[in-house]
Amino acid sequence: MGNKITYKPFGDCAILVEWEAKICASISNTIIAFQQKIGAFENKDIVDTIVGYSSLTIVYKMRIVDYFNEVEVLKKINASKYEGLKKSSFTWEIPVCYDLEFGIDLQEISKATNLKISELMKLHSQKLYRVYFIGFLPGFLYLGGLDKQLFFDRKPNPRLKVAKGAVAIGGEQTGVYPSESAGGWNIIGKTPVNFFNINNDSPCFAKAGDFIKFVSIDKNKFLQIEKEVKASAYQISKTLRND
Amino acid sequence: MHIKFLKPYEMIKVLKPGFFTTIQDKGRFGFASIGVPVSGVMDGSSADIANSILNNSLEAAVLEISFGSCEFQFLCPTFICVSGGDFSPKINRKSIKLNKKISVSTHDVLSFGKINFGVRCYLAVSGGIQSEEKLNSKSFYKGITKETVLEKGMKIPVHRNIKEPVISNASIKIDELHFNSTKINCSKGPEFELLSLYQQKLLFENIFSISKDISRMGYRLNELIGNDLPTLLTSSVLPGTVQLTPSGTLIVLMRDCQVTGGYPRILQLSEKAIHILSQKTTNQKFNFLV
Repeated sequence: MGNKITYKPFGDCAILVEWEAKICASISNTIIAFQQKIGAFENKDIVDTIVGYSSLTIVYKMRIVDYFNEVEVLKKINASKYEGLKKSSFTWEIPVCYDLEFGIDLQEISKATNLKISELMKLHSQKLYRVYFIGFLPGFLYLGGLDKQLFFDRKPNPRLKVAKGAVAIGGEQTGVYPSESAGGWNIIGKTPVNFFNINNDSPCFAKAGDFIKFVSIDKNKFLQIEKEVKASAYQISKTLRND
Repeated sequence: MHIKFLKPYEMIKVLKPGFFTTIQDKGRFGFASIGVPVSGVMDGSSADIANSILNNSLEAAVLEISFGSCEFQFLCPTFICVSGGDFSPKINRKSIKLNKKISVSTHDVLSFGKINFGVRCYLAVSGGIQSEEKLNSKSFYKGITKETVLEKGMKIPVHRNIKEPVISNASIKIDELHFNSTKINCSKGPEFELLSLYQQKLLFENIFSISKDISRMGYRLNELIGNDLPTLLTSSVLPGTVQLTPSGTLIVLMRDCQVTGGYPRILQLSEKAIHILSQKTTNQKFNFLV
């Protein structure tokens, strides 16, 4: 289960909690539960918590005066019974157009893997991806669950400009660029959906522990959804998960 | 509530935006879970001085000005204080002191001249800058705030303040060590122990210099200490985290850094050390002190 937890000071104002270094759903669930308990605890000295694949960082407003005492407090929070406040998790359906116009690296991946582009699309869109956490850019989801056949090394020289909405593969991971940025991942498609919009009440719809399902759409559907997104008339389809 | 704003805000007009001028407060906390960086003033010590002198809250938003060369016109009377780097600030071409409460009148122009020391100066205004707050902070950041850098002609909302000034020539003495110190205090980072003894020795005995690759996100250093560590599972990073890149160079993350990263975190700067480093620039040298 990976229950062994270590606590480390991280500078003057943060404590790093680490689990066994592996990417797995059960560790991730434990981390998210711990994070939610800390949130429910409403300690004003704690200003933020940062989730990683196998770590949770607790950031304090001020310099930690008594590190060992804080660790004891955290251990108690983690051990506390915590029911009822658990946030629901959702599966979000993200439309992706795998047209060659958007999927500018599809041909290269197809050649290297000996898979037809239609097979690449199928392999990418049939899986359910777990959101481990959000980082790198506002609204950038770290997704787990990519099919092994789609593992593909990052570009040796990152592109200076990757389009907002680009769906990409980097090593053993897949993800969506929430805004235009530099990036070294291989681009296989594009979604018209916003992954980060500061004008929304919750700027990013997804959270750690949710799931993503990519749904293949054609160019016409892409343009239609893009229009609806612009007019704030598009709603991402979601289903509640019972786990 | 009886809030009547006939004219809610007065303005400061940007005549010249300078090289890189942003609005900053103490930053955004509580949004790491959606990947939003902390941001906020790079040299918090200097920003605190300016806000304290004006009796502002330390959380009040200020202008962070890199190397001067900007010009502002006040469209209302108020009090200001300039702190941090010395770029020869002037009101109507007459020199003003740093770290001192200065009364300004409508139409007065604040400009800068010769760069004497430092990288960033802070302009605090009585009551703080009143720009729009996004995710509990006014700090500029791409994709969060509408603006990412000040531009010519922009108007910065402030409060009018015509209260009688305390007649005083007092100014807080400039702490020269803050700008000259070559010691960067830090603690060992989470992956420090993975370094070889030789790398640890290099880290503490070498003098490091700042490369050209510097921004509010991070400072890349010139010297190499080698790296044969395995890559890590992506985990948190903080402002002040020193990352060891695959090529063996070091990056000191600054206020606009990402919330997560995959490079070993070998050192963590103290808050004060982040402030000191943020007043240094390309080719300046320092050493790490644990």
